Amino acid sequence: MAAISRDEVANLARLARITMSDVELDHLAGEMDVILGAVARVQEVAGSDVLPTSHPLAVNNVTREDLVLPSLTPTEALSGAPASDEGRFKVPQILGEE
Amino acid sequence: MAAALNKKEISAVELANQHYDQIAAVDKDVHAFLYLDKEGALAQAKEVDKKRAAGEKLSPLAGVPLALKDVMTQKGVPTTCGSKILEGWKPPYDSTVVSKLKDAGVIILGKTNMDEFAMGSSTENSAYGPTHNPWDLTRIPGGSGGGSSASLAAFEAPLAIGTDTGGSIRQPAAVTGTVGVKPTYGGVSRYGLVAFSSSLDQAGPCARTVLDTALLHQVIAGFDPKDSTSINQAVPDVVAAAKKLDIKGMKIGVVKQLAGDGYQKGVENKFNEAVAELVKLGAEIVEVSCPNFEYALAAYYLIAPSECSSNLARFDSMRFGLRVADNGTKGAEEVMNLTRQAGFGREVKRRIILGTYALSSGYYDAYYGSAQKVRTLIKQDFDAAFTKCDVLVSPTAPTTAFKIGEKSNDPLAMYLNDIATIPVNMAGIGGMSLPCGLAEEDNLPVGFQIMSPAMKDDRMYLVGGALEAALLSKWGKPILDFAPKLAGSK
Amino acid sequence: MSLNYDQAIEKYEPTLGLEVHVELNTKSKMFCGCATEFGAQPNTQTCPVCLGLPGALPVVNKKAIESSILIGLALNCSIAPFSRFARKNYFYPDMPKNFQTSQYDEPICVNGFLDVEVETDEGMKTFRIEIERVHMEEDTGKSLHVGGSTGRIHGAEYSLLDYNRAGIPLVEIVTKIVPGTGKYAPLVARGYVAALRDILRGLKVSDVKMEQGSLRCDVNLSLSKTGSGKLGTRSETKNVNSLRSVERAVTGEVIRQANRLESGERIVQETRHFLEESGETRPGRSKEQAEDYRYFPEPDLVPVVPDAKWIEELRKSLPEKPADRRARLQTAWGVPDKEMAAMVNAELLDTVEETVLLGADPTKARSWWLGEISRIANDRNVLPTELILVKDVAQVISLIASGELTDKLARQVVEGVIAGEGNPADVINKRGLKVVSDDSALMKAIEDAIAAQPETAERVRSGNIPAAGALIGAVMKATGGQADAAKVRELLLKHLGQ
Repeated sequence: MAAISRDEVANLARLARITMSDVELDHLAGEMDVILGAVARVQEVAGSDVLPTSHPLAVNNVTREDLVLPSLTPTEALSGAPASDEGRFKVPQILGEE
Repeated sequence: MAAALNKKEISAVELANQHYDQIAAVDKDVHAFLYLDKEGALAQAKEVDKKRAAGEKLSPLAGVPLALKDVMTQKGVPTTCGSKILEGWKPPYDSTVVSKLKDAGVIILGKTNMDEFAMGSSTENSAYGPTHNPWDLTRIPGGSGGGSSASLAAFEAPLAIGTDTGGSIRQPAAVTGTVGVKPTYGGVSRYGLVAFSSSLDQAGPCARTVLDTALLHQVIAGFDPKDSTSINQAVPDVVAAAKKLDIKGMKIGVVKQLAGDGYQKGVENKFNEAVAELVKLGAEIVEVSCPNFEYALAAYYLIAPSECSSNLARFDSMRFGLRVADNGTKGAEEVMNLTRQAGFGREVKRRIILGTYALSSGYYDAYYGSAQKVRTLIKQDFDAAFTKCDVLVSPTAPTTAFKIGEKSNDPLAMYLNDIATIPVNMAGIGGMSLPCGLAEEDNLPVGFQIMSPAMKDDRMYLVGGALEAALLSKWGKPILDFAPKLAGSK
Repeated sequence: MSLNYDQAIEKYEPTLGLEVHVELNTKSKMFCGCATEFGAQPNTQTCPVCLGLPGALPVVNKKAIESSILIGLALNCSIAPFSRFARKNYFYPDMPKNFQTSQYDEPICVNGFLDVEVETDEGMKTFRIEIERVHMEEDTGKSLHVGGSTGRIHGAEYSLLDYNRAGIPLVEIVTKIVPGTGKYAPLVARGYVAALRDILRGLKVSDVKMEQGSLRCDVNLSLSKTGSGKLGTRSETKNVNSLRSVERAVTGEVIRQANRLESGERIVQETRHFLEESGETRPGRSKEQAEDYRYFPEPDLVPVVPDAKWIEELRKSLPEKPADRRARLQTAWGVPDKEMAAMVNAELLDTVEETVLLGADPTKARSWWLGEISRIANDRNVLPTELILVKDVAQVISLIASGELTDKLARQVVEGVIAGEGNPADVINKRGLKVVSDDSALMKAIEDAIAAQPETAERVRSGNIPAAGALIGAVMKATGGQADAAKVRELLLKHLGQ
């Protein structure tokens, strides 16, 4: 029984903003199946009494003072931009409302 | 080399040019480098020579050349992370590691090849073609930092920087007969290290000897206020440890689970021989069992893809990097989708999809959530083991270098290369790989892994240094002298 | 048949939910040292961190944590002993990392409340709004849409992005659902945002200017048939940019939803936009599938564990609650409720208080600011405080008190200051407006007036006091209006034996 369907993979691709052809989706669905089958074993030992670790270091409260530091110049900030106009990043039309 | 520089037997410029000559001679076959920054490097070398001539006090590594894994930002120099999506991108800022290297006068020769976004164990996932193992050009140099390790093995550079998320420094070191260290998590700043898996990534030093690695470690490690996860404590004296060569009375733990099925016979033999050397040096061997290590690989391949699916979201063509299909008829979202399709390779896409799945509502607890729990269990296993011994050891990788193309169609088989290195990243402790011989089946290098408790990186260098010296006297010459000479090599 | 508000609210019960975003006034951004100045040239306040460049890492601004805790304390929340940042993953070009570093299941403050007073048919009523959580997050960049017919997103040719605002600290305050407001829902919503704004202003953690976007409000509303006890489907209305809009948005949504329900249609759970011109709401971008934010703990940041001592220090540093302060001032100044409310609504309470603190009599201060000065301000469509300084008003009031100015003269002085002729002393000098209080000078004018109107003087002498008016008038004329009329009357009557 497949752990993950092609439609689910298509939905994941949409969430991840990557266009994928049908062939790619099928292929990926198959690979996901295999991989998920292998990694699912984490559930065997993940008991409810075990706390998750999000950070290898047991450190808290790393902060900085509210001081202004030099920014990049607009030229530097825009240096990698595929397109720019009047000091702003130029991007294709954003469809739909926010 | 540093000594020679110091004694003014050779200038930094000459040294840099010598290495560029070697690169010109062999890199067409090895393909370790993606970019050579001759202008920047020689300018830096000139500066160092000037300062030395003026009698200024310089860092121990001033003037020594280095190869930088292309995942670290270097201002004004193309940083691609082995991906098409960043082709030609020149960061407007230096990573902290690069700043420290520049301050120390180290000469960055260029950027080395890697698996795309550090995802892989063979450097075959690079969008710019694989790197070839100098020991046998038909074989992989390991990954993801194959370029860095290969450059060392091919004598294209004496020092290199790599990054290690699941073994990407240590495994290439193992299969190329070089030394590589993943410091304790937080030991080296991640500011400017293009993130793959934030809670696992760590930059680290690579070289041909343990001492050289220690010298480099000293330069790049230390607290960085720009990295909230960086350790705010003094760097342990790894150089002194590397020179000490006395491990009498130390307890060395051999991890039961990191052996047996899946490990090449020749690899295990060389590992056992090296353990015997440690006994000869006065160390005591303890057998330890870390049962949760069996789940490490599975947990890793949930955590790393999850974090990377989020870390790689910024590559959307809006502010930097590749943009395709922007012909005025497509909206931003479509351009984003098409750019990511064109710019990311198969492994990267695979992991992004996997990670997106593992974090999805409904699946989070079963996958990502569970993996984070396994992490706690692995840490507990290490903690328990370290109450009984000072360091743990294992073979670094289950096999020697395999042929290019041999495993590239089987993701799971590829993932198994990291089976011994991953637990170290999961717990955030330190790990080193150094050469311990050539496997009898194929005469290819085998790596010996030493694992030390968090924030006690000096212990790896202590044991590594001692073992290296013992093996050197056993072999009569450094392991790389056993490698076939590369065509054109200087 | 289309229901109006009153009809709608008779048949349906509204349930409110309010989400307010506050832009903090820290000098630097949430996770980096870029400046947070409003109105700077595009992309001049950015760096690798707030641009989300590969390799960049966040470091938390301590002041932002402090401000968040202050907000939580002022809203009677519990401060979480352990709090963490989380990534909220979604794609949008104004989000440099395509995830927002926010907080998910471990916010910094939880479970508070804010009491809102609303004028009802039965007098002032207090509604207690419960606060679910207060958490920290970061703002996005700003997009400018170019081309297309209206310049709005839909149909634009391309968009231009400025990331100066990206990374500015935001605090999100979320209420629990607010049932039982009945027909007062719009006023309660408005009152909540107004009260919240007062508190935030008092804490000095934000300049809370709704027009500038440093205070943003999203209004959630659902209706249920009166007495049914079942909750309806809610809509979320964004783009609510003023207190008045909050009130109108609630009213508008009640009407819209009620009419839909009446005609048998369902309410769609959606995000809507408030339209200033009509007071109606319009559907926002329709999302075919809900966005899955895939929250997970932010690996680049460590947990926030506020020290208990520090929290206590912050609690002690809380300024007086606005409601308490208003009550205190009202008692101290002896102001009736309606006038108190007028002062608060005109947003002149602070100004009046400042004037009082400079020595002015509270009643006088109030009548000047809400009277003459407000009148001129309204005519010119500016704020009263833009016309004249507090210290100038205080000075005028004190000059009246000392007798150096009459009310009439004072009005001219105020006019002069507003016209830019300088401070009160300057105006008095330039225009020669000082009260003639020198008795001998006055006496001279009085004697002149008496000499000019002997019959009138005689009438006063014989007890016709009102007749003195003509003489007083003459004296005032002779002194160019600068005599103190009361003093003139006193001296005159005395002189004439009265």
